[in-house]
Amino acid sequence: MIRDITVGQYYPSESTIHDLDPRFKIIASFIYMISIFAVESIIGYGVVTLFIVFLIKMSKIPIKYILKGLKPIMLIIIFAFVINVFFTPGKVIFEYRIIKVTSEGLYRGFFMAIRLVFLIIGTSLLTLTTSPLKLTDGIEKLLNPFKKIGLPAHELAMMMTISLRFIPTLLEETDKIMKAQMARGADFESGSIVNRAKGLIPLLVPLFISAFQRADDLAMAMEARCYRGGDNRTQLKVLKYTRKDLIGSFVLILYVASLFAFKMVW
Amino acid sequence: MSIKIENLSYIYDQGMPFETIAVDNISFDIENGEFVGIIGHTGSGKSTLIQTINGLYKPSKGKIFINDIDLTDKKVKKSDIRKKVGLVFQYPEYQLFEETVYKDIAFGPKNLNLKADEIDIRVKESMKLVGLDFEKLNEVSPFELSGGQKRRVAIAGVLAMNPEVLILDEPTAGLDPKARDEILKQIEILNKKKKVTVLLVSHSMEEVANLVDRLIVLDKGKKVLDGDVRSVFKEYELLTDIGLGVPQVTELINKLNLRGCNIKETVLNVEEAKNAILKQLRGDSND
Ligand SMILES: Nc1ncnc2c1ncn2[C@@H]1O[C@H](COP(=O)(O)OP(=O)(O)OP(=O)(O)O)[C@@H](O)[C@H]1O
Ligand SMILES: [Mg+2]
Repeated sequence: MIRDITVGQYYPSESTIHDLDPRFKIIASFIYMISIFAVESIIGYGVVTLFIVFLIKMSKIPIKYILKGLKPIMLIIIFAFVINVFFTPGKVIFEYRIIKVTSEGLYRGFFMAIRLVFLIIGTSLLTLTTSPLKLTDGIEKLLNPFKKIGLPAHELAMMMTISLRFIPTLLEETDKIMKAQMARGADFESGSIVNRAKGLIPLLVPLFISAFQRADDLAMAMEARCYRGGDNRTQLKVLKYTRKDLIGSFVLILYVASLFAFKMVW
Repeated sequence: MSIKIENLSYIYDQGMPFETIAVDNISFDIENGEFVGIIGHTGSGKSTLIQTINGLYKPSKGKIFINDIDLTDKKVKKSDIRKKVGLVFQYPEYQLFEETVYKDIAFGPKNLNLKADEIDIRVKESMKLVGLDFEKLNEVSPFELSGGQKRRVAIAGVLAMNPEVLILDEPTAGLDPKARDEILKQIEILNKKKKVTVLLVSHSMEEVANLVDRLIVLDKGKKVLDGDVRSVFKEYELLTDIGLGVPQVTELINKLNLRGCNIKETVLNVEEAKNAILKQLRGDSND
């Protein structure tokens, strides 16, 4: 179950999307994220769906793999839906004792769920198609202007990439420790909330210990290879915009323009 | 406890483009009290296989019966099986979490809802089994121990549950020869004296040659050989082919045979090799 989480993982493959410049992809992701929260109508979400399906097809990542990434957060999505459905005031269309379902609630709950799904798919698409190295480069370059006001761009980018890089590792570790404790009779799935929380100790303690150990090892390994971040660092592969990015920008503009053209945003 | 495995397959990331068939259509039976070695090259599926036996992975195909209870049956509670089938993971040190060695070893028995005095007996017993000094170490934090001691605590943590089947995944990897021999010795005693069924996973022929009754050899997820140690070692070429080889003494006899000796029996240790060679020499001089 835990191994289903695909957020932050890189999926190596050869596709136009993989080849795009990371800076462009990061900016495009931001625009996409804004767009999904701005869209207000069913047709609007139709356009978003078309757009994202087109991107997934282009990226040559199996849809199944991306959908698998949604499984672990299904609970959050359902939760958001339910909260919206039951707690939005408005015209009541269904009532049973204290439970009230309003049409506004249904509407909002539905959009909330859709938005979360699109949000996760979009952001996973960014990390799935961008190697951690490129991602760091991209983030760093984009943060560069802020260096003037004292923002440690390189260090920040490095930190982000390292965290992304370790998500799958930590998940694997969690899975491994869980299994080892289950083999010793630990039960993570039943019992009262208090008991369950207590039951997490045998999982969390080893997890933290190994995470600290890993961080320590990594720091040592970087230092041993004379890593020094920031100034005067040159790159083996310098980022360059290509024609693909130009075409990509056109597609993006087309997407945003069509959302505006059909008055699907507020 | 007997284990029966029928056409078992396990596939990681099934349906994904990078799916791995880790266990491929394996069948075997293990009788109560047997001491079986499961051996195979890195990545041959040993760890995956034993985790399905423990009910931690749901088989992609096939069935597993533990004492005629079908593990793949949804109604069977996996936790009940795990109480009887103890599994020591590869590099089990990471499972330690308690403040003291005592509490950590007691974690398993506690989950079995045993009484405090019974737990106490079990902790003492299992510490003795793995060669840890109870008086000296029971109040120490497991994180202050050396790597080898941590390994022993982790193994003791599983032994304390008094499993009827004990599965160990490379319990001696990374240990010094003395510690290795001690731990293997204790496992052997458990098997012989207490009639615990033992499955020992290893990739070293030297280690299992003189220990187990029966060997199951895996290669790329498939079972390629299954039988008593001597009959398995007869397949010298196949074993070399899949990157396992045979113990050095066995290989020595093979080389001698290639150079014109004619030693029929498969030898497993130096003593047997000495006798075989002496016999051969005497035989030659008699001609
Ligand atoms: N969590 C996992 N996800 C995907 N594939 C895996 C996973 N664990 C193992 N595999 C793959 O399954 C196959 C069998 O792995 P397994 O760990 O069972 O081998 P092993 O025989 O125990 O090897 P070793 O001697 O190195 O411990 C390997 O090809 C491995 O890459
Ligand atoms: Mg293994």
